[in-house]
Amino acid sequence: MDEAPGRTVSADQETDTQYVEEWVSGTEVPDEMATGEGAQEMALQESGYRFREQLGAVVTDDYLYEEEVSEDERMIINMGPQHPSTHGVLRLQLELEGEMIKRCKPVIGYLHTGMEKTAETLTFMQGPTNVTRMDYLAPLHNELAFSLATEKLLGVEVPPRAAAIRVLMTELNRISSHLVALATNGMDIGAISMMMYGFRERELILAFFEKTTGLRMNHNYIRPGGVAADLPPGWRQDVANILKTIPARLGQYDDLLKENPIWLSRTQGVGVITAKECRAYGITGPILRGTGVEWDLRKVFPYSGIDQYEFDVPVGAHGDVYDRYRVRVEEIIQSLRIVEQAAERMPKGDFRADDRKVTPPPRARIDESMEALIHHFKIFTEGFRPPPGEAYTAVESPRGELGCYLVSDGGGKPWRCHIRAPSFYNLQALPVMLAESMVADTIATIASLDPVMGDVDR
Amino acid sequence: MARRSTPGNIVTTTIDWAARWAQTQSMWPATFGLACCAIEMMATGTAHNDLARFGMEVFRASPRQADLMIVAGRVSQKMAPVLRQVYDQMPEPKWVISMGACASTGGMFNNYALVQGVDQVVPVDMYVPGCPPGPQSLMHGILTLQRQIMTGQKVSG
Amino acid sequence: MSEVTTDHAPEAEAPHPVIAPVVDRFPEARWEISDTEWLVDVDRAQLSDLAAACRDAGFEVCVDVTAVDWYRSRRPRFEVVVNLLSHQHRRRLRVTAGVPADDPTVPSLYPVYPGVNFPEREVYDLFGITFEGHPDMTRILMPDDWEGHPLRKDFSVGSVPVRFKESHKVI
Repeated sequence: MDEAPGRTVSADQETDTQYVEEWVSGTEVPDEMATGEGAQEMALQESGYRFREQLGAVVTDDYLYEEEVSEDERMIINMGPQHPSTHGVLRLQLELEGEMIKRCKPVIGYLHTGMEKTAETLTFMQGPTNVTRMDYLAPLHNELAFSLATEKLLGVEVPPRAAAIRVLMTELNRISSHLVALATNGMDIGAISMMMYGFRERELILAFFEKTTGLRMNHNYIRPGGVAADLPPGWRQDVANILKTIPARLGQYDDLLKENPIWLSRTQGVGVITAKECRAYGITGPILRGTGVEWDLRKVFPYSGIDQYEFDVPVGAHGDVYDRYRVRVEEIIQSLRIVEQAAERMPKGDFRADDRKVTPPPRARIDESMEALIHHFKIFTEGFRPPPGEAYTAVESPRGELGCYLVSDGGGKPWRCHIRAPSFYNLQALPVMLAESMVADTIATIASLDPVMGDVDR
Repeated sequence: MARRSTPGNIVTTTIDWAARWAQTQSMWPATFGLACCAIEMMATGTAHNDLARFGMEVFRASPRQADLMIVAGRVSQKMAPVLRQVYDQMPEPKWVISMGACASTGGMFNNYALVQGVDQVVPVDMYVPGCPPGPQSLMHGILTLQRQIMTGQKVSG
Repeated sequence: MSEVTTDHAPEAEAPHPVIAPVVDRFPEARWEISDTEWLVDVDRAQLSDLAAACRDAGFEVCVDVTAVDWYRSRRPRFEVVVNLLSHQHRRRLRVTAGVPADDPTVPSLYPVYPGVNFPEREVYDLFGITFEGHPDMTRILMPDDWEGHPLRKDFSVGSVPVRFKESHKVI
């Protein structure tokens, strides 16, 4: 660009066309200018009016006229994969025109762990260990989907207590997941307090999870045939504590966000998607409900006896970031209702199916019964062999429909284990939501999708 | 802290010691959250566990402002070049904590997609075990790293 | 595959009214309509037409596209599995289509369901099945220069031998 002509503007130019022609004549570099750096300033303009405007000689309102912007005013920028607000390792290629996003392409795979391949090397008993690490904010839902699929292959029914424990744990998990979604959504838009609040309450639930399952995350608690262990002593007290604390804290969130003008202007009308687009792109969960569609797998295709619990399906109306935020808050309230009912009616009985080919015998039986010892040994070395067949089961995870497609060839390991990951599909909404919006809204929109990259890439 | 103090409230020390002290007491981690461990890393920084007590709460989005990289999660083959680039962008002196089983060894995912241990890509100063390590484990790892920098010797556990 | 005619025709009792028009239109497809699950195995050339018919019959969401590699245990080797969902009728339909190993191509469902953009790319990436008519048939999860398709059964898991300290055994 060294040889670019100097810009000399003389005031006595009469008409625009004359002016441009004079400026062009005698310069031999227009083609290179169109592609080089700084081309936006240097490129020849069709209209002299536009050129004078760029020089500041004329001031106009941009909205007054529409003009095709040439290719070289477009800019492609990369966002991620290492970016604090992409929730992990999402990479976006954004094609910008000024601050306006013209196109957006998510690039994924930076967390591809090969879990579906690993699942083929693990027995059905070990399967939940693997899938629980996919959607790491909702590990119990992953385990539940896998266990339900395995049980469908086996034709095993779980006892009522196991089903109730599953409902209790997954609904608590939904709360903790939505809390993180709210926390990160708040932080990305600048409400750092929300981050502190969200994680504070999450610790409460995680402490209960740790007590019950032994781990804060990646529990491997829900297994084919039931759950790994009974609820710990004193669980009623813990659940009661959660039920008492969280509703009060939700009030704090509302104080902070619900009518906060900054929050409203950053979220309302941002990242809009319609119900029709959601269906076309296979989008589920709070995003779909945010558009006003009352679609919840817990109501439509109930599992674990969740149809016996009373709860509502909160929906939004506009399909924007704000509605998704409200849907999540309301879902926390509904999940609390389910948790309360589950704790109340927790049936007595065994916490896993009484099928010694599928679930290990109680620890005490191993000491006294040779048969129990053999069953125990067999289950943990070989596992069980479901009959050949295919099963697809889906649960409503905090992010949408989480499906598990299992294929058995009659062996002890799945022939194929595919997880229908909600975040993977929801991410396809991003180009739709971001078209013709501002760069700053990208952050709010990604956060409202609540993608978990482990779920996307698996 | 002071090697010798004189009556006029003057503290003397070696430059080396003072530099190391400054390095340990205000370490700024780069946010390199990858997977499950990233959530626990966030939990370490927020209300309940409060990493600010150790002068490390300032998670930097830009690697150029950070001197500690906490590799929190599994590193895929596709991510490894990015990881190395981020590491190269960090100014010296810099340290790396490998958080969790996957980052340290590949964990339970011994397969085609994952780098079996982040130490194949960047030099690691401290390994934090766990799947994922709880906030306390991570804090223990960080404090051990601080001790290691302070003494200049390898410290274990 | 394509020669199958009457022996797999719809059951004697009439299928559910929601799916009946599609069953009538594709009598040569192998339908399994039970109370709990609706399955259909279709010739791959008809996959796209069947999906369009299903969409018009009310299956407006394509929930999932994936594949199974049967390797040596079945012919054709691959099977593409499409899960469809109807919001209005609250029904699921699973469509499968066999794909031979020597010509792993399937017509893309992208014109019918734009939501299959990512999953079809994933199947291409992990199984090497090409979807014809897809606008961007590139790798999605693995790096662009990766060789092979990891979820095929003849692609090894790729595990690295591990040796623990103080041990001579390699596991």
